This record gives sequence, structure tokens and C-alpha cells, in this order.
Amino acid sequence: MQIIESTKKYDVVIVGSGAGGGMATKVLADSGLKVAVVEAGPYFDPANPEQQTQLKWPHESPRRGANTQRVFGEFDMAYGGWELDGEPYTQVGDSQFDWYRSRMLGGRTNHWGRISLRFGPRDFKGKDRDGLGENWPIGYDDIKPYYDKVDKLIGVFGSKENLPNEPDGFFLPAPKPRLHELYYIKGAKKSNVKVIPSRLSILTKRINNDRGVCFYCNQCNRSCSVYADFSSGSCLIFPAQKSGDQVDLYVDSMVREVLVNDEGKATGVSYINKKDRTENKIFGKVVILAASACSSARILLNSKSKQHPNGLGNNSNMVGKYLHDSTGTDRMAFMPSMMNRKRYNEDGVGGMHIYSPWWLDNKKLDFPRGYHIEVWGGMGMPSYGTGFNVNDLNKYLGIKVGGYGNPLREDIQKFYGSVMGMSGRGEAIAREDNYCEIDPTKVDEFGIPVLRFNYHWSDFERNQARHMHNTFEEIIDNMGGIVLGDKPTAEQNHGLLNPGRIIHEVGTTRMGNDPKTSVVNKFEQLHDVKNVFIVDAGPFVSQADKNPTWTILALAWRTSDFIIQELKKQNI
Amino acid sequence: MDRRESIKSLVLGSLVGGLALESCVSDSKEELTAKVWEHQYGRTPKEQAVDQKLLGEQFFTPHEIETITQLGHLILPPNENGSIIDAGVPEFIEFMAKDYPGFQEPIRGGIMGLDHESNTRFEKVFTSITEEQQKTLLDEIAFPNPELSSTEQPQPIQFFSLVKNLVMTGYFTSAIGIEELGYVGNSPNVWDGVPQDVLDDHGLAYDSEWVTKCVDQEKRNDTAQWDEQGNLIS
Repeated sequence: MQIIESTKKYDVVIVGSGAGGGMATKVLADSGLKVAVVEAGPYFDPANPEQQTQLKWPHESPRRGANTQRVFGEFDMAYGGWELDGEPYTQVGDSQFDWYRSRMLGGRTNHWGRISLRFGPRDFKGKDRDGLGENWPIGYDDIKPYYDKVDKLIGVFGSKENLPNEPDGFFLPAPKPRLHELYYIKGAKKSNVKVIPSRLSILTKRINNDRGVCFYCNQCNRSCSVYADFSSGSCLIFPAQKSGDQVDLYVDSMVREVLVNDEGKATGVSYINKKDRTENKIFGKVVILAASACSSARILLNSKSKQHPNGLGNNSNMVGKYLHDSTGTDRMAFMPSMMNRKRYNEDGVGGMHIYSPWWLDNKKLDFPRGYHIEVWGGMGMPSYGTGFNVNDLNKYLGIKVGGYGNPLREDIQKFYGSVMGMSGRGEAIAREDNYCEIDPTKVDEFGIPVLRFNYHWSDFERNQARHMHNTFEEIIDNMGGIVLGDKPTAEQNHGLLNPGRIIHEVGTTRMGNDPKTSVVNKFEQLHDVKNVFIVDAGPFVSQADKNPTWTILALAWRTSDFIIQELKKQNI
Repeated sequence: MDRRESIKSLVLGSLVGGLALESCVSDSKEELTAKVWEHQYGRTPKEQAVDQKLLGEQFFTPHEIETITQLGHLILPPNENGSIIDAGVPEFIEFMAKDYPGFQEPIRGGIMGLDHESNTRFEKVFTSITEEQQKTLLDEIAFPNPELSSTEQPQPIQFFSLVKNLVMTGYFTSAIGIEELGYVGNSPNVWDGVPQDVLDDHGLAYDSEWVTKCVDQEKRNDTAQWDEQGNLIS
């Protein structure tokens, strides 16, 4: 079939509509530029009753919330997962990188944890401290004004703490801790582990009249129908569409490659229309990739031309290299003092009300960099799995496990809300030999060559995971809780989850001043092609023990401002 | 039912089961449409098609459904809130067996094993013996050894645990089960902290400095404004 060329010419073509793509869309459209947004998934609006899952009950579904269709449970608002039909990826040797993708307008921002942490001054200069990895070419002061603007535009609750590497921002007030969180605070204090109100992009207070205020249903992972949480569609793309006729959305459109002219400059992108399986081209003066770190690397590597035989922006051979995800491991606790709880509505916001930022000095530790601790628990809405192994915890009380009949009713009542958990999320060291590349032997169902991963943890990450479990056990003990499960062994990588499981993959198109060792410059502009930018987490030099979204947003805004200036100066 | 008859019915059952896997549509189109439209919970067209297909198939035989139902009543006897039937538990287990085919063999085989045991001892299948007799059988399979992992338990115990888990989760995710459990959320509300009597019961209190960082729910609808240092002033 012939390739269909659009006659429309855009100022900017943006690939992907998640955090980075959404922010670029908003800033560039507001500045008067004509923008095309190309998204691989369908249109999605959390306020659309046909798509909404918020406030649904488990019994409204025949599978009661089981995760057979959506990996985080069927009410989770991600049309995606680690495995997608028709979109395979492969591994080198025994590498096991799990690649999560969400195909929908707004991407993964529709279901994410809304943990919105700024990177601190130290996070940009890790190499200065421990000689590992690479420093960013920018520092906290370069990005601070944009973090401030993101706080005010999107809204994030938190508290002023004056901590050296957890910069404060323009916060909305935090919600009060729940019961299990008060227990955690008590236990953590005894262990000298810092605890502060969490920082989530959820509106505990009104910020404008276009978005509602949180009504505490605990379901941010279902994407908020009154737009009280940050999702890229509801907070960036829909508002951008209001500023006139500046934005065209191309949904169900899977980008194959960036197109270039004879001079090697980008002219637009080619994409597959998933609905009719045609190949199409659209053109723009500037191309912005925001498809997610690995997808953007894939597009660059697949954009081979006479002018760029090694793929676009890949003169350095660095595209795909330095892939890294957060470290992560979890542990659960049974709290005997929380048995037979009085019932009340403690749904709260969709996420933790408190957390522990990294609190130690690495000098005395056997791993570099840090981690933060997330806390979960409570009398949550029953869902598929509620009542499984209903009285296994009896063994800690010296009572018989098992049985049938009315005693099971008493057991489920007794244990409801008495189990809580902790998750450690930390910084891995970026390494050149952890990478994604094109697998020349395989294409996806759209005929696009797929990615092949090579990723192995080192002892740095394994030791960090061991430290997490030691900390969890100590805190649980201090809370008067019982640690559930055995401590993961060295053979089990100390419980360290597979890379890709925390869904914070970054680094595949890292930024730097030296075109030989980096893919983009400090404005996320390809060293090799001046009119191509990357505004997802690909340009991250290092991950920090922070979730990447707030930094993606701040950098995307900064890059968008740079693009506006450069277009005015006719530099690109 | 004598032993020979029960074997016959089991053979028939497996045939029906085999057919079910080939997508045997048990309902009329209208009935099926009504079934699917009961479930409006934000599906993509592709997901809707999966639901539709599964809702149109029948996996368990009537005898198996009856066995599951009787087991369900023993696991959670009807009470003033209702029964596992009111909670839709048998339909839920039927659906899950198709949605997660890994359940099919353990449940189908488990029921046959249970009937074999029942036939051996009482010369009737499980659904035809008295409740007292049923309980003597359950007493042997309802108590896993807590020292062993779930996959190390003997098969009859694994079978009963699986059915029990599905019955429990089916009941306590239903409207009556959620009410019985006392979950009172999933509705718009304003969170303003743990009730004082609960704090007192647990010997916990809010730190006064911490509370100053928390939302004043009286002012939640006032548009946020900050001074230049990032202090909230509205």
C-alpha cells in the first residue's frame, strides 16, 4: 500500500502524549505554534463515562477486578502492560528487562503513583561524590525555576522541610496520615529513619476552575474523572486544546521513524495508522520525541537514512546505552495491634500520605546512592484476592489455619486492615553495558523492528536491596509488627525486582556536553540533528532515588522554551 | 446416584466440558447482550469482546456447578446478609475458570477426586450425601499444614483451598459481602484524619507540628496562592 502524506505542515510534531509530550504540547501550543501529537494508543478522557473506572465496584465486573486483562487489576487505567499483543521485545542471553508500555492518550500518567519528587542538587552531580556514572551537564539551579512552574501549573501536595537534597516547592497542603502510617512514623523514628508528608500531584486544594479538588477515593490509578490528579490528558493536552486550533491529535498512530531531508535535517515522522494499517507521513519544522525512554531510542535507531546510516542522533553510538530503572523491593508486615479494627472511611488519596526520603550517608555503606521508602496498607476496597488465605495469619497467633463455615467470617473481619507494607525505590548506577538495541531478526505487527534488551544488576543494586530489607525488618519490629515472608537470599538477588519492574526506565538518550559520549545536549536537543528533541526520561544521566515524572515535566518545559526561542531566532 | 451412574455422568461431564472450550454459546443473543451490558466498567472494545466471548461460554457442567455451590454454602453458610448465591459466587467462579484457564484442571479434577472419595465412603457423589457426611470429608481437606507452602500441600487440600479462596473473594467483593465486611469507602468524602477514639484505642496521636502541614479542609475550595518563598497564603 502506498504511503499517505499529510498536506498539513506543522511547526512541531510530538511523538507521545505522556508527561513529556503533554508538557511540550501545552507550552508550545500556548505560544502559538501549530502542534501535531502522535499517540500510539486511543483517545482517552477519564471523564468519559464509557472509559471511566473510577468509583466502580468490584462486583460491576464479572472478574471482580482480577488482573487477567490489565496487569495491575482491571480497573487500573493503563491500556498496557509488560507484555503487549503484537508488540514483542527480546533479550540478549539471560538478560531479563521487563518493558512496560501504556498505549493511550496520556500514556502512563493515567495510572501512575503521582509521586512527584524534585531531584536535589546532589542528584545531578553523583559522579562528584562517588566517581560512578556521569554528572549531568546541568544542575539544580538550571531546573529549579521550571520545577516551580510545574508545581503551580499542575499542583503537588507536600510540606516545607528544608532538607538539603529534597528541595521544597510550591506545595498544596498534605493529607493527615492514616492509622498504619502513624504506626510507621512511630517505628521509623525509633530507627532514626526520617519520615515526612509525601509529595503527590493530587489536588488537596483548588488550583483553578478547570480541575476539581480531591474527594479522597484512593483511586488515582484509575485516573480522576474530575481531574484532581495529574494525568497528561486532563491537565496538559485538554487545556492546550482550549487555546484555539493549535493542536491536532493523531491517536492509534504508531510512529515508525523520523523522516529527514537531503541535508539530514528532520522533516517529520512516518507512522502506522493502527485502524486501517496504512503507513502515513506528517511533516513539521521540529520533531519532539516523547515516546518513553526505550520507545524514543527505538525510533531513533530505526530512523536509518543515507545521511544517518547508524540511526538518527547516533553518531556517538550511545543511543540505547545507559538504560537504567529504579531498584525496588517490597516487604509486608502483620500488625497484631491492628486486628479487629473499627470501621471508618480511610481511603484517603490514591497513594501514601507519608514517606521516607533517603536519610543516610553512603560512606559507611556497601552501596552507592540511596533509596526512599513508600508505605501502604489500610482498609481498602475489597477486590479480587480479598479473602484469599483468609486465616493464614492465625499461625502467628497460635490458632489453627484453615477450616470452613462461619469462623472464616470472623477471620476476615479480624484481619481486615491489619497488614501493611513497605517498598524501597532506589537509584541504580547507569552503565554503558545495560542497553537496548534493535533486534534485526524481528518486527512487531506493524512491521517495525523491535527492541532487544541487555540488562544486569550489579552488587551495588543488590546490596542496596539487602539494606532495604534490613531496614524494613527493623522498622516493622519497632512498630510492634510481624515481618511476613523470609528475608530474600543472595540467590534471590536480595529481593531486587527485575529491571523494568519499577517502570522508571531512563537514560537511553542521555544528555551531555560532549557529543561523543551523549545523545542530546543540555536542552535535550540531538547533538547530530538540531531540529530533533527528546523530552521523555531518555535524556536522564542518572535516575536519583526519585520518581522521574516531575523532572521529565520540568525539563520538557525548559526544552519547549528553548525551542520557541530557537524558532524565533531561526536557528532550527 | 450409584457409583456406575456417577462415572457415566462424569464421562458426560467431561464431554460437555470439552465442548464448552469450543465456545458453546448457551444463551440466546438477547440474553447474552443483557449479560454483557450488566457489566459497564470502562472496557476497551477489545476487552469488551473478551468479556462477551467468555460470558457466552459454559465451562462447568451442571453437576460441577452444583458441587461448587454446595461447597460454597459450607464455606460461607447463608446468614442474614444473604448467601453466596446472592453474591453471584457460582457465576464468578464459572467466569474465572474461563478467564484464567489455569483454574480449570485443578477444580474439575478436584471435584472428581472429591466425588471419588465420597463414593468410596458413602456410595454417593458429594452433592448427594448429607451435610454431616460432607463435613467429615471437608475436615480432612480444609486444614493445610502451615509449615508447607501452598504448592506443597496434598492435592485435595490445594483443591479445597482454591475453591475456598474463590468463594471468599467472590462473596466479599459482592455488594452484600462488602457491606458485611464493613468497607465504607469508594464514595466522595473528605479525609480529615483518624477518628480520635481510634487514635486513643491505639495509643497514638497526631504530632502538632505535623498537623500544621496538613490540609485545612475548610479552605480546600479556596484557590491556592503562595508567597515568593512557597508559603501557602490562601
